[in-house]
Amino acid sequence: MKMNRIACAALTAILACPLLAGQAVADPAQDLAAFRDLYQNRFPDIPLAAHKDGAYALDEAKREQWLEMEDFPPYEIAVDDGAELYGETFPGGGSYGECLGEGAPAVKQMYPRFDVSAGQVVTLQMALNDCRVKGGLEPLAYDGEEIAALAAYVAMESRGELIDFAIPDEPGALAAYESGKAFYYTRRGQLNFACSSCHLQNAGMMLRAERLSAAIGHATHWPVYRGKWERVGSLHRRFQECNVQVRAEALDEQSETYRNLEYFLTYMNNGMELNGPASRK
Amino acid sequence: MAKPVKIRAKLKGEVASVKSLMPHPMETGARKDPEGNLIAAHYIETVTCEHNGEVVVVADWGPSVSKNPYFAFEILSAKAGDNVKVSWTDNLGETSSGETTLK
Repeated sequence: MKMNRIACAALTAILACPLLAGQAVADPAQDLAAFRDLYQNRFPDIPLAAHKDGAYALDEAKREQWLEMEDFPPYEIAVDDGAELYGETFPGGGSYGECLGEGAPAVKQMYPRFDVSAGQVVTLQMALNDCRVKGGLEPLAYDGEEIAALAAYVAMESRGELIDFAIPDEPGALAAYESGKAFYYTRRGQLNFACSSCHLQNAGMMLRAERLSAAIGHATHWPVYRGKWERVGSLHRRFQECNVQVRAEALDEQSETYRNLEYFLTYMNNGMELNGPASRK
Repeated sequence: MAKPVKIRAKLKGEVASVKSLMPHPMETGARKDPEGNLIAAHYIETVTCEHNGEVVVVADWGPSVSKNPYFAFEILSAKAGDNVKVSWTDNLGETSSGETTLK
């Protein structure tokens, strides 16, 4: 029971943050430390880094099934398609590789980031579409399979890189972070659930037949081939699904709110290894 | 042109376990597009697995098999250097295959 009490104390501290956000009681680094402590205390036997596998870090039986699938993962088709798309040269000259800059295609760890000149959070999908527009192509639809395939290829190439960034000391960046954080802890929908209700408060518990994953590790493995989708999809598509499941209205992929949420969530996964793309039920 | 079958095989003693993934839309013919028009049926009808040219598995499939099907089977009395081939034919007459050498 002692463990539970500690977890509750940490939880209370975190949940209090958004209420006091106006008074700036916690900076992102403090939030991160509290977040990591919470999961360390909740799952003392599981190293934080192991949470990159989501629910499969918490459930041995489901993990076995998943590892069996990883022998011949269903996202491979998307990775191949993505590699093919990535190799194309643009009609206006240049390619994704040249456009994404140093390290390409292993650049997933650089996104999402706050673009000071544009004053907004830029995600990998946006960067890819930006490259297309600069090269004289039409941007891809964010909910389509092509952008997911491109992202899957970049994620595959970026495997093993670490999420390692700080929120820059910019009012805009801090505001984006706070907006993402507020969304995360705000209850919504007919069922009145916040993201944190399931993945923080009840992480590791069962939701009918499913194991609720910990929020730490939620940003490491995208895009994901989800059995239910029968294709590879983005983190934002998963956000939409979560929102709809609690009977709230889903927002558009790459909308400002979801980008800010991704920014917050990725920051909370600092120090973790990128292991995308992945397969999930 | 149809994409090749992805195939992977592991030899353990004299038993080869073969796994294959076939990129294919597997349209049933009953689905509709956003405008309400039926999407034409397009699915794999026959899957043939060969071991050194000898047919070891034949599967009759239909529209009920899911998109990008995964198919695994075992071959007894296999040895290193053997050739394993998986091929399919769909209802439009298209075919594709993939092969690997056991090691």
